[in-house]
Amino acid sequence: MSRVDVRKTYKLYIGGAFPRSESARSYEVYAVPSRAGARPRFLANASLASRKDARNAVVAARKAFPGWSAATAYNRGQVLYRVAEVMESRRAQFVTDVRDAEGLTPARAEAVVSAAIDRWVWYAGWSDKLAQVLGGLNPVAGPFFDISAPEPTGVVAVLAPQASSLLGLVSVIAPVVVSGNTAVVVTSADRPLPAVTLAECLATSDVPGGVVNLLTGRAAEIAPWLASHRDVNAIDLTGAADAPGVSWAELEAAAADNLKRVLRPGGSGAEAVEPDFTATPALSRMTAYLETKTVWHPKGR
Amino acid sequence: MPTFDYAPAPESRSVVTLAPSYDLFINGEFVDASGGTPFATINPATEETLAMVAEASAADVDRAVKAARTAYTRVWSRMSGADRGKYLYRIARLLQERSREFAVLETLDNGKPIKETRDVDVPLAAAHFFYHAGWADKLEYATLGANPRPYGVVGQVIPWNFPLLMLAWKIAPALACGNTVVLKPAETTPLTALLFAEICQQAELPPGVVNIVTGAGATGQAIVDHPGIDKLAFTGSTAVGKMIAHAIAGTRKKATLELGGKAANIIFDDAPIDQAIEGIVSGIFFNQGQVCCAGSRLLVQESIAEEVVRRFKRRLETLRVGDPLDKNTDVGAINSARQLARITELAAVGEAEGAVRWDTGCPLPKNGFWFRPTVFTEVSQSHRIAQEEIFGPVLSVLTFRTPGEAVAKANNTPYGLSAGVWTEKGSRILWMADQLRAGVIWANTFNRFDPTSPFGGYKESGYGREGGRHGLEAYVRTEVSA
Repeated sequence: MSRVDVRKTYKLYIGGAFPRSESARSYEVYAVPSRAGARPRFLANASLASRKDARNAVVAARKAFPGWSAATAYNRGQVLYRVAEVMESRRAQFVTDVRDAEGLTPARAEAVVSAAIDRWVWYAGWSDKLAQVLGGLNPVAGPFFDISAPEPTGVVAVLAPQASSLLGLVSVIAPVVVSGNTAVVVTSADRPLPAVTLAECLATSDVPGGVVNLLTGRAAEIAPWLASHRDVNAIDLTGAADAPGVSWAELEAAAADNLKRVLRPGGSGAEAVEPDFTATPALSRMTAYLETKTVWHPKGR
Repeated sequence: MPTFDYAPAPESRSVVTLAPSYDLFINGEFVDASGGTPFATINPATEETLAMVAEASAADVDRAVKAARTAYTRVWSRMSGADRGKYLYRIARLLQERSREFAVLETLDNGKPIKETRDVDVPLAAAHFFYHAGWADKLEYATLGANPRPYGVVGQVIPWNFPLLMLAWKIAPALACGNTVVLKPAETTPLTALLFAEICQQAELPPGVVNIVTGAGATGQAIVDHPGIDKLAFTGSTAVGKMIAHAIAGTRKKATLELGGKAANIIFDDAPIDQAIEGIVSGIFFNQGQVCCAGSRLLVQESIAEEVVRRFKRRLETLRVGDPLDKNTDVGAINSARQLARITELAAVGEAEGAVRWDTGCPLPKNGFWFRPTVFTEVSQSHRIAQEEIFGPVLSVLTFRTPGEAVAKANNTPYGLSAGVWTEKGSRILWMADQLRAGVIWANTFNRFDPTSPFGGYKESGYGREGGRHGLEAYVRTEVSA
């Protein structure tokens, strides 16, 4: 007699907890059929995040910002490396998630998960390098000690890519948090389950609650509230590509009201294209959410 | 206190030759504007008309952008970095050679004291060109990302408070990185930009690399909206900065915005008081307080508040307000009737809201736009004079008890451009510097600027940096990020 398996309820990740949507809504998530014409397989009822969930997530992210940004770079690096360790220990689940989400062969799914874990490790190592690469002493023409260093900008809203459900997701979250920002992430609408598994890794790897908040649901519904939110400092519009009903131009316009730092989606002109996440990332993914602070002090005897 | 009268020591105006009217500078030559209405630029210290200046229409802006595009494609983007750098070195030297002429002209058109234009604006402008000249052939060493390339044509709109210096902050890095520019100076201070056009001619800078279009908001809007502009750089008010961010949303135009501020200048009880008083004075009265990073909120620790305010007032009695061309003048004229009205209005609001107003009552010239250095005490966080940028010689004094309270008050503003900290305790300086959400922190000094030192704000003070290696980032595109 075969055992009846215990299935998981997929929920949001806000402030280190796993709440359902305050709206009590959910939506059906299906696996991409492995062959054409096959009937889509039901995977889960994911939480359908609402405007209120997004606002709660911003509050959680703001609350987590002072602690996370004041942590030593060494500490942040260790915590983020720990995330990669936990991801590795959940490799089998990630492979299943990514296969279902993206319709990949087992071998391709393995490769994607490996790349995602390696990407996380790559970013973790940046935490205590950024200040040395991006900052330094300014040789001013006068008797002053003058130094510039990068600082996190604050709370960053992230529209995660729609297609690349794990590698893409990792590639947009890690560059935000490695420098001390906190994140509110809207996951892929149709492929949200790898994000929930990632949330479980974050929750069990010393990342303080609220540093990363994950909202499953539709960018068209949630993103406008994040783009216009006065307590959000920056927004990544990468996931606007192929998100139904999302206009990145409108989101950028809303973001202008409090001069959010905006990372535009890939592509040219009005078109938004999801980038190739297998390529080595550019520094600009991190610098988009960094401020430069310059401190002057006189020298004298 | 005995009073010592100073004999007048005016700088000679003879070094400046003013034309009755000025045209636009497009494609290397001065050309008539098409259709706009010429406007007068006046000396704010006397209200005399200095010259008539052309107003660039949208069609003129289009001509300028096309000239810049042609210069970019055919000449400037193909030139080696070393050669671009040599043109910038030439410009730096020409500015130095004609420095007195620029200083006097700037003082005439802007109203700021000659000692500031002579010792700060003009030498720093030359230094910016000299600094960036050296970057032009070294961009691949600047950690800007793989294969840094220019954007193309850059539209630049600058304010009236440091007309030549802001021009230098904008044009020097843009040209060093291989872009060409269309620049609009402020409508009340266009003359040094037009004199700079002559410098471009003397340097034999290829035509179209620098284009200067004069006009007011409509001309600026035409630059922002022009589809041929690849990147915008703006210094000015936060309100206009937001309009620009809004206007380019959904396009691929990039922008750097250098906007308003409401800096806290924080004095701890162990501060070197004499230096701190000088720092407060230069923080708020440098350039009549018409500075985005002005230390307009004095946060002083409660235990020394009375003494600091008393000594500060005594120091104000010694400030010389008057003829900007006089070499002994400390505080000059307000730039325009409009700005004077804004300052006057906000100061009246300060009184109406219950803050206590004080000034020296010193005599002011009969003509021109003048505002006495003014200090408000008994100011609370909610007063408009503690929240809004006044952009004038008006200081609001607030007090605090603990470092934590100082930080909370200093950061309680949508702005985040600069801040000052005065204390002899080194560890407290570094802690404060970490806590303050501002782009520039001056510790035991204030209002220092240098081409090597990045300048720019957090939050609603804008984004992007000017100066230093960081300033180059605004003028290059790199490989598309994954």
